[in-house]
This record gives sequence, structure tokens and C-alpha cells, in this order.
Amino acid sequence: MTERFTSRGFFGKRRDAGTDRADRIPPGQYLTDGFPVLSAGPTPQIPLETWEFTIDGLVAEPMRWSWEQFQSLPSRDWTVDISCVTKWTKLDTRWHGVSVDDLLAAVEIDPRAGFLTAQSYGGYTTNLPLTDVVNNQAFVAWQYDGAPLEPPHGGPARLVVPHLYFWKSAKWVRGLRLMEKDQPGFWESLGYHIRGDPWREERYSGD
Amino acid sequence: MDDPLMLDANAVAGDLAEMFGFDVSGSVHRCTNCGNQGAVATLLAYVHGPGTVLRCCICHEIVMRWVRTPTRIYLDARGAAYMEMGLS
Ligand SMILES: [Zn+2]
Repeated sequence: MTERFTSRGFFGKRRDAGTDRADRIPPGQYLTDGFPVLSAGPTPQIPLETWEFTIDGLVAEPMRWSWEQFQSLPSRDWTVDISCVTKWTKLDTRWHGVSVDDLLAAVEIDPRAGFLTAQSYGGYTTNLPLTDVVNNQAFVAWQYDGAPLEPPHGGPARLVVPHLYFWKSAKWVRGLRLMEKDQPGFWESLGYHIRGDPWREERYSGD
Repeated sequence: MDDPLMLDANAVAGDLAEMFGFDVSGSVHRCTNCGNQGAVATLLAYVHGPGTVLRCCICHEIVMRWVRTPTRIYLDARGAAYMEMGLS
């Protein structure tokens, strides 16, 4: 956690003028201009007055933010490409939110922690190695395309981990639990790949 | 409940028939969470995600969920306390 360099190259290179859009589409994916809604259950309606975000698990002291406190965290715009395991890819999606680095900076992480489970309102979970969410690779967004994130797309706030399949970008996220071991989440425990890198087509665990 | 992603469970009868070997949409299940008993066809189906999720129409908890890969189906049915299937 000591190295927090900004990987501008990662996000910068894909927007270089002249970059072929086809080079940005992972294998087996097709391009879409729409924004399909995927869901495993009813859309939770979470009043902002009761919304909260928590970091717990392998930390010295758990941390909790109210909506108001969360909004006052350092935030910025993000423009990223996203790929869903159901085979659509959407380029240059525009979000606003706080980096996971800035969230983790608020807690003292136990050195044993190597993984986390993102937990959502409605019961959804997904697992991630810490190495996939630090160094500006992941953020929690509350705006999409300049407007408040709509509940069907994960509002009030969702995790976004653009370099992995979009099931890792937990909608309605309410916290991160730091863990020593990788523990499969909702889809990872039912045949989907434990990590889900679209460039390696890591769709399923057994195929 | 006016979620546009919600479909009648009959829409997923094909996957169910493949797993159970016959049409179970008329079979009776009991929800582990709330105890409601009813036909499988009364479950609420969410089919637009990476897998299929069937939820209890009373308490909305998950009764069954599965993922279809190119070579297999993974089924989690712990939300169904039992199922009762007629023999033909
Ligand atoms: Zn029930």
C-alpha cells in the first residue's frame, strides 16, 4: 500500500488520437452504444439519509461514511471502457467518483489482507484481489454521464473496476471487506471466473 | 415490484427441463426463507444477468440460481427447501 503511483498510461493510452477502436474491444466482445441493465434481483431503493459505505474486515478500525461525508471525499471524472461477460463492450463511459485508493487511505490495513469482498445493498457480493483495485484502477461512482447514477445502473453508488468483466463492478455497493483469502462472490461461486480479465477471456472457472 | 427485468419463470423452462429431465414448471417448491409453497412457474425470474436467478414471489429471496457455460450448468438450489414432482 506504500506505492500509489498514478497509472496515467493505462487510461491515457486508450484515448490517444488514432487508436483504432477495434483495438479496444477484448476478444469475443461486440461494441454497443446502449447501456444494457443486468440484474440478479429487484432494484433496491436506498434513501440517501440511510445510505452508508463501510470498510471493515482486516483493518485496525472499521471506517464508515454517510452519504454527505462520502460526497466530500476527493473525487474526479473517469472515462473508461467497460466489458460485460454477456459480451458487450462500451467505450468511453463517463463517470464521477472517488478512487478506491482514497477510500483505503482512510483505514489502517492489516498486512495479512490480500483480497476484498465488495458488498451491496440487496445482497450481491463480488471478490477482488487488492492488487486489482489500487493504483487508480477502481473507483466508487455516483454520477454517470454527468447525472446522478440511476438505481437500475447501481445508484446511489457503484463500484467500477473497468479492467475486469463488469460483474466485478458491484451495483448498489455499500462497503468493502478486507480479507486474507480470496472468497468467491455471487457469480464467482457459481461457475464464473475468480478474477475475470476480459483480455484473457476469463469468463468461466472450468472452461 | 415493477422491475422490467422480471420475467415469468416459464421463460426459463428450457434450462429447468434440461437440468431436471422434464418440465418442472408445474412442480411444487417450498421457499427455504419464508416457507411459501407454490408452483415453480410462480417464481420471479431474472434472466438478463450473467446467470439466471429465480426468486420467491412472496419474500423475493433467491430460491434457485444457475449459470450456463459452454460445457456445463452450475446450480445452487439451497433456497428451495424441497421440491415435489409428479411422475408421468
Ligand atoms: Zn419466500
